[in-house]
Amino acid sequence: MGWAIALHGGAGDIPADLPPERRQPREAALHRILQIGVSALNAKSSPLDVVELVVRELENCPHFNAGKGSVLTSNGTVEMEACIMDGNSKRCGAVSGVSTVVNPISLARQVMEKTPHIYLAFDGAEAFAREQGLETIDKSYFITTENIERLKQAKEANRVQQDYTQPIKPKDEKETPVPDGDSKLGTVGCVAVDSLGNLAAATSTGGLVNKMAGRIGDTPIIGAGTYANKFCAISATGRGEAIIRETVARDVAAVMEYKGLGLKEAADYIVHQVSPKGTTGLVAVSSKGEVAMPFNTTGMFRASATEDGFMEIAIWPSET
Amino acid sequence: MVGWAIAVHGGAGVDPNLPTDRQEQAKLLLTRCLNLGISALRSSASAIDVVELVVRELETDPIFNSGRGSALTEKGTVEMEASIMDGPGRKCGAVSGLTTVKNPVSLARLVMDKSPHSYLAFSGAENFAKQMGVERMENDYFITEDNVGMLKQAKEANSILFDYRIPSTGYESCGVGVESPITMNGLPISVYAPETVGCVVVDSQGRCAAATSTGGLMNKKVGRIGDSPLIGAGTYACDVCGVSCTGEGEAIIRGTVAREVAAVMEYKGLGLQAAVDFVIKERLDDGKAGVIAVSEKGEVAYGFNCVGMFRGCATEDGFMEVGIWE
Repeated sequence: MGWAIALHGGAGDIPADLPPERRQPREAALHRILQIGVSALNAKSSPLDVVELVVRELENCPHFNAGKGSVLTSNGTVEMEACIMDGNSKRCGAVSGVSTVVNPISLARQVMEKTPHIYLAFDGAEAFAREQGLETIDKSYFITTENIERLKQAKEANRVQQDYTQPIKPKDEKETPVPDGDSKLGTVGCVAVDSLGNLAAATSTGGLVNKMAGRIGDTPIIGAGTYANKFCAISATGRGEAIIRETVARDVAAVMEYKGLGLKEAADYIVHQVSPKGTTGLVAVSSKGEVAMPFNTTGMFRASATEDGFMEIAIWPSET
Repeated sequence: MVGWAIAVHGGAGVDPNLPTDRQEQAKLLLTRCLNLGISALRSSASAIDVVELVVRELETDPIFNSGRGSALTEKGTVEMEASIMDGPGRKCGAVSGLTTVKNPVSLARLVMDKSPHSYLAFSGAENFAKQMGVERMENDYFITEDNVGMLKQAKEANSILFDYRIPSTGYESCGVGVESPITMNGLPISVYAPETVGCVVVDSQGRCAAATSTGGLMNKKVGRIGDSPLIGAGTYACDVCGVSCTGEGEAIIRGTVAREVAAVMEYKGLGLQAAVDFVIKERLDDGKAGVIAVSEKGEVAYGFNCVGMFRGCATEDGFMEVGIWE
């Protein structure tokens, strides 16, 4: 059995007519970052190291909603969260409310390895980052003009929606339709398995555009946005509130374990039969080296590779 | 129509040397809360309303580790968290890092009902509390003398454990007030204060709900979040059951314990008690924890793998039990 890796840059309402200047940098980034993960696996790095490495790259890339390029809260600030989990030991680490740490996923890893806790948030997480000597930077580093624009549009849509007596056809009454269509860009994440079947998952995000300050999504909640055990590793993306309710990541693994489904079947079942349409995407690998990347949104930025040479980089549903 | 059922807990992992008067106090509180829930159920209150009502009562009483009487952070402050989940529709709400909100479970309910989100924390949650006009108090309202004393002991226990100059045989007589060698989360059980509170209810319409509330770990790092506010870990409710957990938070998170009980019922067809037993036995690894649960069929069950769990349960047909030990 060979290694396998899958990573995502967010599932959402990615319009088919996404302009090239928004599409190409992301595809190029997925390609480059996939190669980084592949090289690390070929060099026999552990899956835990690989997922952290890949997610750090995704965080550093300003085109995705994590680290630099995180979407903004309603106050115009950045509040990042991340989570990492090791399949064999089920050890995990999570952080929320991070605002100056360059790589939240590495902070999550430090929580896992250097504290008796699993989850640190806000001031406590920031203080811990400094104790551990992690790289921190001025808050403005994370903010991009794209995101300032997205926040502006989201606020306008809110105001417009309240002025109407009839709601603008919302998918659910809590969603704010935004003109350019990609404001709901989720999270980034990576899952990997080595040739011995060791699994790991990592997820990182800036959250929801225009979220209330202090809002926590599915990413740092073990079993919702991130999960790994000896069967599989999962990183989910989409509408956080729905992913929490559906305990998406845990359920894929549970259905494999308790109903004996294979990875693809289990992932498809959770995403297409259980989760509400338009809310969820995920990447998954199994201890047997299988890969699955289902989503029930318009699109999901994703990439995967297996040791036998298979490789895929895509945004919308594949033709097959 | 199904008979209603209710269970409450005040924490798993009890000091076997707990003085009898403390035990009696705890049992009285559990009985009172159970009766509060029972009256509400007899007046046809819905499960979600009953769990909130009962947990509010547990938070307000200083005995257990939630609301007033919460365990203290390493800085001597209180940071409270809670979550609530409504089985039909699985709506949920959670809060963490509260410092002034008198009833965290009620704020969690407002997050569920009145915000576009599922989980709010720290200053964002406090701001939401102000907007919602919930009852708020100064942080020292929540701090009890007992807990100030326990924090001191916890710090001493930590420093002694790490001070290599004290020979390990000296530990037993170091006068920290540790009467029993049982530890949870690295602290002697007598200072651990694991008494998270929770309530699960199934009403006569077969609707399940669950709620959990806590001050967290004694001497925790500021900003530490445990299992109680994490949906799927400390709290879960769906069409088939309602579950609330207590004990070593990290083990409960890793084992996604509350969701696990429901998952084995849904995917393996286990009944409620069998599911609880399975999860306690197979999903906690080395962790110590306890679970209370109800099913849509009107059953109630609990389980724990540590020394004792403060609990009470009752069903419509007149069954009622309050206990601490096996």
